[in-house]
Amino acid sequence: MADRAGVKRVLNRTLEALLPLLAVPVAFLIGAVMLAALGANPLEAYGAMLQGAFGDKSGITQTLVKATPLLLVGLGVCIAFRGGVINIGGEGQIIVGALAATAFSIGFKDMSGWILLPMSMIMGALAGAVWGGIPGVLKAKLGVNEILSTVMMNAIAVQFSNYLLRGPMIDPKEIEQGTRIAQSALLPKAVWLTRLVPQTLLHSGAILAVILAVLVYIFLWRTTIGYRIRAVGLNIDAAKYAGIKVPFYQALALILGGGFAGLAGAVEVMGVQHRMMENLASGYGFSGIVAALFGALHPLGSIPASVLFGGLLVGADKMQRAVQVPSSLIDALLGLVVLFVVGSQIWSRWRARRRETHG
Amino acid sequence: MKSTLSRLLALVMLVVILAAGCAPAAETPAPQAATVFKVAIVMPSSITDMAFSQSMFEGLKKVQAEMGGESAMEIAYSENLFKVPDAAAAIRDYADKGYNLVIAHGSQYGTSLEQVAPDFPNTAFAWGTSMDTFQASGINNVFAYQAEAQQGGYVLGTIAALMSKTGIIGETGPVDAGDAKLYIEGFQKGAEAAKPGTTVSVTYTGSFSDVSLMATAAETHIAAGADMLTGSSQSVVGAIGVAKDKGVYWFGTQWDQTSLAPEAVVASQVYDWTGILKDMIASVQKGVMGGKAYTLTFKNGGLVIAYNPAITVPAEVKTAADAAIAGINDGTIVP
Amino acid sequence: MGELFTLPVLLGIIYSGIRLATPYLFAAVGETFAQRSGVLNLGVDGIMLMGAYSGFYVGMKTGNIWLGLLAAAVVGILMGLLMSVISITFQAEQGISGIGLQLFGLGLSSLLFKTTLGGVESINGFKPVRIPLLADIPYVGEVLFNHNLLVYAAFLLVPLSAWFLNKTTFGLKIRAVGQNPQAADTLGVNVTRVRYFCVCLGGMLAGIAGASLSIALINLFQENMTNGMGFIAVALVYFGGWRPYGVLAGALLFSFVNAFQLWIQVLGINIPSDFAIMMPYVLTILALAFATKRAQQPAALTKPFERGEN
Repeated sequence: MADRAGVKRVLNRTLEALLPLLAVPVAFLIGAVMLAALGANPLEAYGAMLQGAFGDKSGITQTLVKATPLLLVGLGVCIAFRGGVINIGGEGQIIVGALAATAFSIGFKDMSGWILLPMSMIMGALAGAVWGGIPGVLKAKLGVNEILSTVMMNAIAVQFSNYLLRGPMIDPKEIEQGTRIAQSALLPKAVWLTRLVPQTLLHSGAILAVILAVLVYIFLWRTTIGYRIRAVGLNIDAAKYAGIKVPFYQALALILGGGFAGLAGAVEVMGVQHRMMENLASGYGFSGIVAALFGALHPLGSIPASVLFGGLLVGADKMQRAVQVPSSLIDALLGLVVLFVVGSQIWSRWRARRRETHG
Repeated sequence: MKSTLSRLLALVMLVVILAAGCAPAAETPAPQAATVFKVAIVMPSSITDMAFSQSMFEGLKKVQAEMGGESAMEIAYSENLFKVPDAAAAIRDYADKGYNLVIAHGSQYGTSLEQVAPDFPNTAFAWGTSMDTFQASGINNVFAYQAEAQQGGYVLGTIAALMSKTGIIGETGPVDAGDAKLYIEGFQKGAEAAKPGTTVSVTYTGSFSDVSLMATAAETHIAAGADMLTGSSQSVVGAIGVAKDKGVYWFGTQWDQTSLAPEAVVASQVYDWTGILKDMIASVQKGVMGGKAYTLTFKNGGLVIAYNPAITVPAEVKTAADAAIAGINDGTIVP
Repeated sequence: MGELFTLPVLLGIIYSGIRLATPYLFAAVGETFAQRSGVLNLGVDGIMLMGAYSGFYVGMKTGNIWLGLLAAAVVGILMGLLMSVISITFQAEQGISGIGLQLFGLGLSSLLFKTTLGGVESINGFKPVRIPLLADIPYVGEVLFNHNLLVYAAFLLVPLSAWFLNKTTFGLKIRAVGQNPQAADTLGVNVTRVRYFCVCLGGMLAGIAGASLSIALINLFQENMTNGMGFIAVALVYFGGWRPYGVLAGALLFSFVNAFQLWIQVLGINIPSDFAIMMPYVLTILALAFATKRAQQPAALTKPFERGEN
């Protein structure tokens, strides 16, 4: 009896999580009107989108490649938001994570791959943790609001990266060729993440991300620290009365959030690009937030959410190419999807509450 | 009851999405005459940026018109792809769709090209701005192209220095790298050579799209006494607006920027990619898929100084400019 | 280095700083209203872009920039309405709805620009209006009192908003709704209506902020011309402690330091441009870190309101 109730609960929760997705077709309908107005065939366009994201090996792997940083950033967002802090600093944290992994692996390129690879990732995560930690400490010690500090840190990271990529970290080959493209040297092959499917960009970072998702779930729900972070996020006053040091755990939430974003940056350079370049982060910091929220801020929910959102992004670009509509239409459509999905969360909540009151 | 309804709705939604997916997806275009040359181009900014991307896109359209219109050349494009992985996906996708020539119009796309080109030996790729055709790695289907931006910079700097009444010139750059850096340094050299003692100040905004800060940079130069301004990137539209308002002259690069401010733009260095494009297309049609590196210079007609007819450039200044061009062409001047 | 701290430079910084601060002021003061009532709107940047486009397009087509300004305000209200419906009525997660709104505004403005205008062109926007007696004040007169009307409006907005928030009944309602909506509700305040008003007001001001760029300061429209200004504006609300004068301080600090770092570059002072460009961001964080007063954010910020819920 108790078992069936438990299964029913999980089913209900999953359905509630899926309900907002009903909003997607509605957004697509509006998009169809815009597509038609531009002279494109909506069915052909959406067909290309679905086909492009999930229809063939190239599409699926591209979707998963995109989903990887979304999931990693999303995990950090889960921790931060659950701790009651808003981390919009993903963009900057990804950049410094990528920079650190690049600098470390190139600097120590003669080290054995067994050590160099994990160490580079750890360096990336550490760099991101520091970049998130600065706003974290500023909030804990000086009460500086984290939205202000993380937005500023993003801009600082971009300029810092520009400086490094054009100066100390530029590829020596660029200087000898005189082209001076702002990118780093290729990372040593020892740290290139294994390609899972030949001829595609899908790399082992995807598997790492999923493993980490499970670990984050365990961390947040099965450890004391995780419990305290969630407690602070749910009710600061109650947490204080319970003797939890609120500022410390808020800072910790930001540090961990930054660490995951930094790891996302490291994984991107090690798995996809094999070198650091400009505009590496562009958008993942924000998309990761959206993906995490689509996943109900649950680490395990973030997995399908990242895949779906990644598919949406990949499919949208494929659609742009197939029917040759301006990329701005894609942006508008994605914006609508986000608005509609997040706006229909009310149905889930209403349903959940009905369920609770009616037993 | 209600839960069944929601389950039904979810099912309907699933069906709708799947139906869209199974719909006649991307109808294969009716087999066209074998002579249609299909070109795809991937760009990091907008085709209306009055700069880098626009110059190439307009060049492509011009070649299309000369070839006979859409029945002779089909153009597909993807713009605003400043994220390299997205551009890589686009390049691969277009190659996969059977485009004859895929142009990767961004220096950051190099690594992506190096990975994609070998997978499509029957597709020609072009990469700019760069001089590397990857032949050293055994890749034979990549063309490379760039512009000697510093040449036009030098000439425009010459004009600016000679026309300046205050002897102070301002340069508003985006980021201290690549094409922008070449142009800005060339401009400075030309100005200082034409009139020794000219003060040339340079600022960077740190972004290719910060229009507002570009405008502020222009204001700052003007407040410091500059009566001649120049700069690079799509965000210079902000600086041009300020130049117009303050009655200061502007020199443009990459595209003819006269239309934006006919009372302020004296001259622009225009990138004319048509010669390169025509040669690439001809090569591909003959079976040569890559391996050539092109550059835009005054000598080969790729770089042109477009004067704004509404602003009078003194005859002796024009002579000096022409002399500079001649000097660059015969090698006596190295910007 | 010494040439940096001279009068012409200082005057130049003030002049540029005032102009640069204008769009931030409109957008941030607008957002202050929204946040004071308890709603976080991260979509300000998207609204600014729609306002910039609308103002430019209508101004260009009708030849009347005042109509353009009106169009920008109306479009801003409409975008605010969209945000209100999604975030207030449908109680969506406000951080996300804001991001969605920004993306939508960015895409739609670029799309409309592409299909209706085709290319970047300039417009005869609001011209500087010299205030007679005040502009004659030696030295500072010209840099303070020779700006276009929207600049003056942005600065006048600050005391006006402070008065409205702190000295009027409706302002009291706004603050109450943001601090304790349950209590306000029991006292007969229509929480939803107040929030709708504030978010739409914020939208209107964000739209005007965009127009200040396209038909007053830069006088043209280019895709994504705001380049993230809206996000900075939102951050400035936090910097300013949710008070219009605090927001003014933040906008001025940020803009003046930006103008200052450009002078550093112009004068050829030997700091790598990247670090100069970082200065406004670093200094803003430092300024808040060392500020002595620490404002409390509206208690109900980002929390959807539902009657009878505790």
